Amino acid sequence: MRKILVKGKTQGKILKSENPINFLGSVDKKTSVISDAHHDLFKKSLKDSILVFPSGVGSSVGAYTIYSIKSNNSAPLAMVCQKVDLTVATGCALANIPLITVSDKEFSSLKTGMEVLLDTESNNPITFLE
Amino acid sequence: MELTKEEESALKGEQGEIMEMAYRILVATGEATDADKLIPIKWAHLSGVNYNTIGDAGEEFLGSISKDARVKVKTSLNPMGFDIDNVTNYNLDDNFISKQLSIKQSYENMGVIPSFSCIPYEIFDIPQEGTQVSFAESNAAIHANSFDNLKTNKESAFSALASALTGKSPYSSLRKEESSKLTIRMKVENPSELTYGMLGFFAGKVGNESVNISGIGQMDRRSCKSLCGGMGTSGTCAKFNFNEKDSESEVIDFDEKEMNEVYDQLNTAEKGDLITLGSPQLGLEEISDLTTKLKGRSFKKRCMIFCPRAVKEQATKLGHTGKLEKAGCEILSDCCTCLTPLIKKDEVDAVTTNSIKGAYYLKNSNGVDVNLKSLSQIIEDETK
Repeated sequence: MRKILVKGKTQGKILKSENPINFLGSVDKKTSVISDAHHDLFKKSLKDSILVFPSGVGSSVGAYTIYSIKSNNSAPLAMVCQKVDLTVATGCALANIPLITVSDKEFSSLKTGMEVLLDTESNNPITFLE
Repeated sequence: MELTKEEESALKGEQGEIMEMAYRILVATGEATDADKLIPIKWAHLSGVNYNTIGDAGEEFLGSISKDARVKVKTSLNPMGFDIDNVTNYNLDDNFISKQLSIKQSYENMGVIPSFSCIPYEIFDIPQEGTQVSFAESNAAIHANSFDNLKTNKESAFSALASALTGKSPYSSLRKEESSKLTIRMKVENPSELTYGMLGFFAGKVGNESVNISGIGQMDRRSCKSLCGGMGTSGTCAKFNFNEKDSESEVIDFDEKEMNEVYDQLNTAEKGDLITLGSPQLGLEEISDLTTKLKGRSFKKRCMIFCPRAVKEQATKLGHTGKLEKAGCEILSDCCTCLTPLIKKDEVDAVTTNSIKGAYYLKNSNGVDVNLKSLSQIIEDETK
């Protein structure tokens, strides 16, 4: 289901994860590099991406991690989830990172490398460019 | 979610960055929990205080916002990591102490009452029936909804902070009068506070937002707290309805079998190297009762007692603290068994406690084994 959790407008390339993300446990709070060897984004940085992932998992303290990566200029431009969870919702709210949820169908259509415009005020928040 | 003009203006940043952030948190939380509006609240209780849990990122965040942020309503605070009066006895590193003191200072700068307690319902006056509050500490939220006639969501550290800064909270389902579709029938006879803790843990697992409970007689304060602590540990459920006979609801029994399953999950040791009492922290009534129950007997091993500072001060005036210290107890204020940095697995193998909440966190966060016993059993086995 589509929900607008944190408003905003931005443009960038999708970085998609098939695995949920545990911000407290597996995201470096300075570089935003994923440190979990079992994660499909292992060793990748989330910086300046439109981060697409199923949902957040793990401790709610992970919200502070999202705030930290933003303070250290390594945060994603926006986040797109399949399912809402309070850790990611509050983390994006703290850091002022646009956050929406999308339908399962829309989620499957989003692929790493696609250039998109994300605008939460638009009827169709995600527009494919190119 | 429908916002008023004033709320819209704050969200746009017209009332400063702090208000903008606070409203972003409330809107994100409200959308996530399907609330349709924000409502005023009278009292916020914050979690996210212990450096052991919020870490450097939390410490830096609070340091940064506390320059400008000020709370708008009465705001109380959860326990931190230690009691400054006796922290030198516990071999805690200097970095932990200085970061914890920085967190303390940040909250004080924002105008928060430094209560460092997870039992705000026991150390502050309870507002009139039906008052809307925002309690982040799970046992306190459940106690407020179930025993104090108050109304709160089970808030996150962030939504409660945003509520403190704005005086508002999302109007989510727990704040409305809605009956539960699930009734738990208490079948265990002669329950102790430990039984109630296990009942709460079971209820938190099977329930969703609230559960009805039947088959419960009079409960003392210790048992009420244990019930709430247990429920807050195992799930997202945040309210008990008592004496409700809703014939439409699904019924689940809590009998010896269900109780033993909880016990086997959380009891991992035959005996403990030390005893902890307090998770939730002990109130004055429980401390006074413990002094009476001991009848001059002493503990055979270390016994850590966690209580709010306000309670310790009263207990000292009444002479209880002296008696308990003579009985071998270490009395700690401002902190709690739950997520304590003072019990380390390289120093302690197992802990004896009557707290289900304490047991869960000692095992999962501190990595020590737990021996569960009721308070009367602890006094029988562990004192001389």
